[in-house]
Amino acid sequence: MDFLLSFLNSLPGAVGQGLIWGVMAIGVYITYRILDVADLTVDGSLATGGAVCALLVTLGLNPWLALLAAVLSGMAAGLVTGLLHTVCGIPAILSGILTQLALYSINLRVMAFGDLNAKTKNMLAVSVDKHDLLVSSRNIRKLALDNPTLLLLALVAAVIAVLYWFFGTEQGSALRATGSNSAMARAQGISTNWCKVLGLVVSNALVALAGALLAQYQGSATVDMGRGAIVIGLAAVIIGEVLLGGVFINFALKLLACAIGAVIYYAVITLVLRLGLETTDLKLLTALVVAAFLTIPYWKGKYFSKPVKPAKKEENTHA
Amino acid sequence: MLDIKNIRKTFNPGTVNEKTALAGVSLTLNDGDFVTVIGGNGAGKSTLLNAVAGVWPVDEGSISIGGVDVTRLPEHKRAKYIGRVFQDPMMGTAATMQIEENMALAARRGQSRTLRPGITRDDRDHYREMLKILDLGLEDRLTSKVGLLSGGQRQALTLLMAALRKPDLLLLDEHTAALDPKTAAKVLDATERIVQKDHLTTLMITHNMKDAIVHGNRLIMMYEGRVALDIAGEDKKKLTVEDLLARFGQATGSDEADDKLLLG
Repeated sequence: MDFLLSFLNSLPGAVGQGLIWGVMAIGVYITYRILDVADLTVDGSLATGGAVCALLVTLGLNPWLALLAAVLSGMAAGLVTGLLHTVCGIPAILSGILTQLALYSINLRVMAFGDLNAKTKNMLAVSVDKHDLLVSSRNIRKLALDNPTLLLLALVAAVIAVLYWFFGTEQGSALRATGSNSAMARAQGISTNWCKVLGLVVSNALVALAGALLAQYQGSATVDMGRGAIVIGLAAVIIGEVLLGGVFINFALKLLACAIGAVIYYAVITLVLRLGLETTDLKLLTALVVAAFLTIPYWKGKYFSKPVKPAKKEENTHA
Repeated sequence: MLDIKNIRKTFNPGTVNEKTALAGVSLTLNDGDFVTVIGGNGAGKSTLLNAVAGVWPVDEGSISIGGVDVTRLPEHKRAKYIGRVFQDPMMGTAATMQIEENMALAARRGQSRTLRPGITRDDRDHYREMLKILDLGLEDRLTSKVGLLSGGQRQALTLLMAALRKPDLLLLDEHTAALDPKTAAKVLDATERIVQKDHLTTLMITHNMKDAIVHGNRLIMMYEGRVALDIAGEDKKKLTVEDLLARFGQATGSDEADDKLLLG
């Protein structure tokens, strides 16, 4: 009973974190599912978003503007990866790794910007007591308007609405075509290179937004806050697809499934932490979860598809 | 409409896999010409089409469409002038997108892609009308994912999409080769209707000599990266398969003429 109570008590925190990572997972969905590119920039751009936001907040800037600046920094990171891939001809995965690596150095510098005592910093604290923050984990159990869950829900809804609109436009459709069949896209006059860069920019903008929210939420930006982010994002995308893919057909719902996947992921993480695992064990656990969820559909198709086909044929002959 | 001047293309130059695919091809198509292209494996038919479409740059020579020099234009910019159907039915459409979304992409070929909605209600009505031409019942399945269609249906849809925005030049790369004979005949029939309707200037590769003779107003046969035969007008109308083989033998000095060609 104690165990259940303590788990329930920590659920609001899981929801808060899950929603933030949900924004990140939607960014991963754009590259991984729509553009069909595995973009590893995100491990770096998440921290960049956090660092930029934390820096500007400590300098006294309005937290909304700090959020916007973080988004811009993420777009720049996506642009670099996109150009490395399309203009320099470097494979997408390697382009992402290069940007991610470079961002590590940049993030250390960003967090020390303006500080006369240090040239680099691996952590920058923002306190809800001293600074004006949009979301803080301290208010996560409050029954009040400054409970971050409300704002995060609104933000996730806004992100989904904007993306739903965008991917329905001519330009957004071109981006989807690029990921679906690039030879066809080019034959229809679509610059697939431009679309790939655009997709990476949009994706990393969302990832940096998540990083900025996370820095405010947990009260600090750290240089390794993005380590393994791609795997967490993938976990959220895949959990959402496996659990909700059957019913969530509409594009907006598919994006929503990413966010729900992230919330479920954090609920599960909270549960296993209560069961006695250390936080340092989580990366292993996450990797195992993602590996398992990626394996299941593959094995299903490979080993269990045969009984289905004869059944279909039978239907046809009867018809 | 299409003016090809002495183009050359060698793949893997300087390696053991060096292959001269186009050894100086010149070809001029007049407005409304429907040219069928035949030739054995490796004769350079598909290479010629890919060179025109801009899949890669040519080594030498020039290509212009409707008076515009496109030799240096990348593939997606040439698409403004060209409608294409590929040999592989999977290649011409986006499987994960709906029929109407695919058509909307084709309807904007060569135009800038804006932030306007991809499909409007008027578009939908127009697409439905166009799909009726194919006579495959696709007009009732506008929102079906293209991946659910059969190879023949996808190929017919690709063909319609290639002509949706009237192209200066229609390139058909053995577009019925991967289909069963019945479906192939249907798609070829639709091709004839669509080409006639808008008097499209067309370059159609086929491995079937009879099709090459029956369709179009002009026939060219390729051999070792060159145009070996070019038959047009009354000459073409009277042509038989035996004629064609005999003239091919004369033109190339090759009497292997040509089990490969007959068997496709």
